[in-house]
Amino acid sequence: MDLNYSPAYEEFRKEVRAFLDEHWARPLNQDRKTRTEAEKAFRNKAIQAGYLYRNVPREYGGGGQEPDVLRAQIIREEFREARAPVELHQNGVQLLVPTLLEHGQPWQKEAFIPKTVAGEYFWAQGYSEPGSGSDLASVRTRGEIVGDEWVINGQKIWSTGAQYCQYMFALIRTEPDKPKHEGISYLLIDLRQPGITVRPLKQITGRAEFCEVFFNDARTPSNWIVGQRGEGWKVSRSTLKFERSYIGGAERSTELFARLMELCRSARIDGEPALRNPGVRQRLAEISGALAAQRYSSYRQISMAANSEDAGIVSLMFKVFSTDIGQDIAKLARDLIQESFLLAPPDESNWRHAGFERWNNQFMGSLGLAIAGGTSNIQRNIIAERGLGVGREKKPGGEKA
Amino acid sequence: MNFLLSLEQKMLQDAVERAARDVCPLQELHRHVDHAELTLRKRAWETLAAMEVAGLCVDEAHGGSGSDLVDAALVTEVLGYNAVPSAFLGHTLAVLAIQASQDEGLKQTWLPGLAKGELVGTVALREPDKGWYPDDWSMRPEAGRLSGAKSFVLDAGEADCIIVGMADGQLGLVEGRTGGVQCTPLDGVDRTRALFDVVFAGAQVHPVPAAKDAATRLVDAASVLIAADAFGGGRRAVDMAVEYANQREQFGVKIGQFQALKHQLANMATRMEMSRGLYWYAAYAFDHRPLERGHAASLAKAHVTEQFLQVARDAVEAHGGIGFTWDYHIHVWLKRAMFDWAWNGDPKFHRERYARLSDWQ
Repeated sequence: MDLNYSPAYEEFRKEVRAFLDEHWARPLNQDRKTRTEAEKAFRNKAIQAGYLYRNVPREYGGGGQEPDVLRAQIIREEFREARAPVELHQNGVQLLVPTLLEHGQPWQKEAFIPKTVAGEYFWAQGYSEPGSGSDLASVRTRGEIVGDEWVINGQKIWSTGAQYCQYMFALIRTEPDKPKHEGISYLLIDLRQPGITVRPLKQITGRAEFCEVFFNDARTPSNWIVGQRGEGWKVSRSTLKFERSYIGGAERSTELFARLMELCRSARIDGEPALRNPGVRQRLAEISGALAAQRYSSYRQISMAANSEDAGIVSLMFKVFSTDIGQDIAKLARDLIQESFLLAPPDESNWRHAGFERWNNQFMGSLGLAIAGGTSNIQRNIIAERGLGVGREKKPGGEKA
Repeated sequence: MNFLLSLEQKMLQDAVERAARDVCPLQELHRHVDHAELTLRKRAWETLAAMEVAGLCVDEAHGGSGSDLVDAALVTEVLGYNAVPSAFLGHTLAVLAIQASQDEGLKQTWLPGLAKGELVGTVALREPDKGWYPDDWSMRPEAGRLSGAKSFVLDAGEADCIIVGMADGQLGLVEGRTGGVQCTPLDGVDRTRALFDVVFAGAQVHPVPAAKDAATRLVDAASVLIAADAFGGGRRAVDMAVEYANQREQFGVKIGQFQALKHQLANMATRMEMSRGLYWYAAYAFDHRPLERGHAASLAKAHVTEQFLQVARDAVEAHGGIGFTWDYHIHVWLKRAMFDWAWNGDPKFHRERYARLSDWQ
C-alpha cells in the first residue's frame, strides 16, 4: 500500500504540468466563440502530446499511447486542477469510438473516428425505445435491405443531444425470425434526411437534453453496419462493458459537494451561516464519509487496473452509490434554500442571475441519474445476480422479441 | 500509487482467517455467548500469540514485527468477520502507546512480554459521563499514585498492564491485578467483548512520556481498528444473508429470487464494499499522512460502524424469524455492531470532530 507515485510517474506529472503551463491559460471574459476555438486548439495540442484520447491510434486522430491507468489518472488530476479542456463528453467519443476500434471495418474507422475525436461529428445513441427500456433486447425498430440500403422504420427515445447530432449509432431489428438477442444489428445512420424526425423532449427540469427520433423509411448504406448482421447485441455489449469498466472516479460528486459547501457558507439558519449549524455539520460529514468511500474505492480500482486485476463487484456498485450521494446532496440543499424551493429552476440563459432556486435543478436532476444508463433498481439486480450470486429470476415472457 | 494489499498482507489475513475458523467455529462461539466461559478467549489468544500477531506493532528491537497500523487493522478485520472474542484490540492499543513512549526502560520492561502475548495490555480511556478523547480526561497522578474511575474498559480483568488516559493528554501505565485497581465486569450487550468499570484507588502509575500528540494518536488508532472490525463484521453479515437467501425456500423457490430481497442484499453489499477503502485509507494515513490522520480516523469510524450497524439489522431481517432467535448466530454480529458504533465515540461525536478538523466555520 503506497499512495505516492513512483519517481518515473512524478516526472511524468511534471511534464504534464509544464505542458499545461505553456499551452493552457484559463480564458477570462471571452465570448463563447473565442472560448470554443481556444479549447479546440488546446485539445489538438494535447492530442499531439498524447494526453487525450490515449487509446485511439494516431492514424485515427488519437493520442496513440500504451494503456497506463496511472498516467491517465495523473492527466485527469492535472487537467482538472488547471481546469483545462478534457476529452469531449459525447456519446460518439465515449461509446462509438471504442466500439469501432474493436469491431469496425478499416474504412469505418478511417471515415468516422478522426472526425468524431476532433469534435466535428456528433453522435446520438439509438438504443431505448418506448417499449424497450430495461428490457433493451426487445427493440422493434425494423431494418430491411432494399437494394444496397437499409430501410428503417420505428422509433428511438432518450437519445441525448440528438437535436445537435449529425449521426446515430443504433440497435435495429434486422432478423425478425431469429431469437430476440440474435436478431439485432448495430447500424450507423445519418440523421439529416427526410425519413427522420428528431423531436426534443422537455424534461421535468424544463430543459430538453434528450429526444425522440422517428424513422419513416429512413435509409442508410448497407455497409454502415458494425459487426455482422444479428451481432448488434454483442457489439453493443462491448460498448457497455467499456462504459462500465471505466473507472468510477469521485470527481463529479466532489465538485457537487464543493458547491454544497458554498451553499452552506452563504445560506443562513437563525442568522448564522448554515455551516455552523450542528445538524447541518452532521449531514455534511455524513456525505463526506460516502464521498471519501467512493474516492478511496476508486484508488483501489485504479490500482487493480494498473495490475491487470479485475475489480469485480465494486465496479458494479459505483453508479448506484454515486447516484445516492447526488440525491443526499440535493436533499441537504433542499433543506437550506427554504422558500426558493418554490421557484422554477432557471434556464441556462439566466442561470448567472438566479438565486438558490438553482438547486431545484439538482433536486430534480439527481432523479435522472437514478434512471439514465440503467435504473438504480436494474443496477441492484446486477449487483445481486452477478456480484453476489443471488438467484437470477426467471424473466417473464418468451425469448422472441 | 498502489492502493492494494501486498502479498504478505494477504497471507497474513489468510493465516488469521484459517486460525479464526479453526479456533472459533459457530458452535464454540455459541457456547461462549451462552455461558460466558473464558475458554474460547484463552484459546483464541494463545492461537494469535503463537502466530506472532500479538507483537505485530512492537518493533523488532523489542521482539515484535514492527508492522504499520494497517497490518493490525487487517487482522482486526478478520477477527471481526469471525467475531473472535480476544484481547487483540485493547492489547494492540496498549502496545502502540508503549511503543511510542520515550522511556526505553518502560519499553524493555513491557514490550517483549506483550509481543509474545505472555502479557496482555489494554487501555482505559473514557471516564464516567465524559467523552472518549483526551480533552475529556481529568485524572492526575499525585506522588506517583492514581485515583479515579474509568468505564467501559476492555479486558481489564485479565490485563497485565492498563494504559490510562490522564489530564492534559498524558498517558500512564498501571499494572493490572494489583492493589489499588478494582475491576467490575459489566453486563455488556456484546458478549464477545469483556467490558469493565475500573476504579483506581491510589494505584501506582508509571508515566509514559511521549510526543505531544501521543494520546490523540492512541484514540485515533482505536478508531481505525474499530472501523476495520466493523468492515469485517459487516462483510460477514452480508455473506450470511446472501447464503441464507440462496438456501431458504418459500413459494417453491429460493427466496433470493425475490427482487425485494435481492435489492436489499445489493444495498447491504454496496454499503460494506464501498467502506473498505475508507478504513484502509485511515490506517494508511495513520502512519504515512500525519496531517490527515485525525480526519481519516474519525470519518472511517463514523461511516463504517454506521454501515455495519445498518447491515447487521438488515441481515437479521433478511433471515426472518430464525434471525430473531438467540440460538441462531446473526445476533452475535448485531451486538458487535452495537459495540463498534458506541465504543470510542459514536458517529455523531466523530462527525463533529471531522467538521472541526476540516475547519468548517
